[in-house]
Amino acid sequence: MPSSLKHLLFMVVPLVVIFAVLPGVYQNHLLLFNFVIFLILAQGVNIIYGFTGYLPFGYVGFFGAGAYGFAIMVMQYQTPAVLAVIVAGLVGVALGLLLTPLLRLSGAYFAIANLAASLAVLHFVANPALESVTRGPYGVALSGTFDPNMAYAAAVVVMALTLVFVVFLKNSRFGLALQAVREDSVSASMAGVDVVRMRVIAWLASALVAGLAGGVYAWYVSVFYPDNVFSGDFSIFAIVFALFGGVATITGPIIGVIMLYGIYNLIGFTAPQYFQLIYGLLIMGLVLFLPAGLVSLATRRGWHVP
Amino acid sequence: MSPDSKPILNVSKVVKRFGGFYALDGLSFHVVSGEILGLVGPNGSGKTTAINVISGLYAPDGGEIVMDGVSIGGMASHKLVHRGVNRTFQVPKPFMSLTVRQNIEVALAYGRAAVTPPTTEALLDEYRLAEVADRPAADLNNVQQKILDLVRALATRPRLLLLDELAAGLNPTELDWIAERIKALAQTGIAIIVVEHLMGFIEHITDRVIVMNAGKEIFEGKLAVAVQVPQVIEVFLGGEHAA
Repeated sequence: MPSSLKHLLFMVVPLVVIFAVLPGVYQNHLLLFNFVIFLILAQGVNIIYGFTGYLPFGYVGFFGAGAYGFAIMVMQYQTPAVLAVIVAGLVGVALGLLLTPLLRLSGAYFAIANLAASLAVLHFVANPALESVTRGPYGVALSGTFDPNMAYAAAVVVMALTLVFVVFLKNSRFGLALQAVREDSVSASMAGVDVVRMRVIAWLASALVAGLAGGVYAWYVSVFYPDNVFSGDFSIFAIVFALFGGVATITGPIIGVIMLYGIYNLIGFTAPQYFQLIYGLLIMGLVLFLPAGLVSLATRRGWHVP
Repeated sequence: MSPDSKPILNVSKVVKRFGGFYALDGLSFHVVSGEILGLVGPNGSGKTTAINVISGLYAPDGGEIVMDGVSIGGMASHKLVHRGVNRTFQVPKPFMSLTVRQNIEVALAYGRAAVTPPTTEALLDEYRLAEVADRPAADLNNVQQKILDLVRALATRPRLLLLDELAAGLNPTELDWIAERIKALAQTGIAIIVVEHLMGFIEHITDRVIVMNAGKEIFEGKLAVAVQVPQVIEVFLGGEHAA
C-alpha cells in the first residue's frame, strides 16, 4: 500500500470520523468546533512553516480576512453560506497574493512584517470610514445564516481537505522540493526547482486554508467584532500547537492541538487561576527541551514519523 | 577534445561589480564539450564569482555569456539547470535534514534532464554513498557532502559542469578516485570547469587552464607553460620572483 493511502486511511479518515460523530456524544459543541478550527490552522501553519520555513506571525490576517469575506458576502449580497465560505477562502488567497513581496524577507524579518501586515488588515477592516461595507469597529451580526450544525460540518470538511493536502505534501515530489527550498534555496534552484514559484504556491495554499477557516468561523459564531477574528491569539496558538507537536509531519500538529488545546481547556475548567502560569511553563519547557516538537522524541531514535 | 570543436560556453568581457569593487573586470574565455578547463588564480581573483555568474547566482553587470548560441547571462539558476548547467559549491550545500536519497530524488524530479538521468541507486553506488543513503545529509562528513553536491548536479544530466574546489580536503586516495571520475565524466562529453588550488590535481586532470588575476584572465593554455610566464609567477609569488 503506498504511504499516502496509509496516511489517509489511518490518520485522516479516523480523525474526520471522530470529529464528525463527537457532537452526538459530547455536549460542548463550541469546544469541539474550536478544536477543529485549531486543527485546520495548525496544519495551515505547518504548510507554510514546516515545509518552507517561513514563520507566519500574522497568520490570523488570513483568518480574519476570510471571516470578513464571509460576512460581506452574506450581508451585502445575501449569498448562501457555503458560497460565502468559498469566497472567504478566495479572500485569503487574494490577501496572500497581495503579501507575496514579503517572501523576499526571511527569518524574523518575515515574521515581523507578516505580523504588521495582519494588524494593517485589522485596522483597515475596523476603520469607521468603511462602516457601510464592513460595519467598521461595530462588528457584524449574521443572524440569517446562523446554523452551528452546518457550520461545524463545513469546518470538518475544511479540516479533511487541509489534511489531504498535507498528506500530499508529505508524500509527493512537490512536498520534497518545498523542503529542499526550506533547507537551502540556492541548492534547490541548482536541483532545478523554481524556488519563487514553490514558495508562492505554499504561501497561497496556507492563506487559502486560513481564509476557509475564517469563513466557517464567521458562519459558526455569526456575531463578532474585528478584534475577535483578528486576535493575535489565533496566530500564536496555531504556531505553538504546530511547533509543540512538530512541523513538517502530518501527525505533529494534530498531536499538538489535541494535547495543548486539551490541557488549555482542562486548566481553564479546573484551575483557571493557574492557567497562564502552567501554560507558560509548558511552552518554556517545550522550547528548551524539545525545540523540534514532540515528534522529535521519536525521530531522534531513528523512527520515522509520518 | 578536438581543437576546432565549437565552444559550448563562451564568456566574453564579463563584468561583475560589488559596490565599487570589480570582482570580474572583463573576463573572457570559452570551453568546449568534453574538455576539462582549470580556473586558477590567487585568492580574490574572481574564480568563484565567475562560477556564480555562469550558474545564475549573480547577474553579470556587463559582457555576455553565451551557451549553445543563446545568451544566458542573468538567467535564473533553475532555468540554467534545465538548459544543462550545474555546479558544486566550495562549502557543500546539501539539503541537511533530507536523506541522501531524497537529496538526489529532488534533482531527479526537477532537473528536467534532456537525456534519461541515471537512477538513484546507480548514482549511490557509483559515488560510494549507498551505505548512507537513508541517513540525513547532516550526518555525512564534509567529503561525503561534497560528493553529494556532485551527485545532485549529475542527476540533472548537465552538459556544462562547474566544480568549485571539489578536491579541497580530500585525502590522496579520494583525490585519485575523484580525478578519475571527473575525467570519465568529461569523456562522456560534459564540459567541465574546475576551480582548484591544488596545482598537482589541476595538472593531472585539465586539458587547459585560465589563470585569473583581479577579475580577468592573464593566461590561457597548458599549466606547465603557465608556470614559466613571468606575469603568472608575479601574481602567485610576488614581483621579486618574476625576474
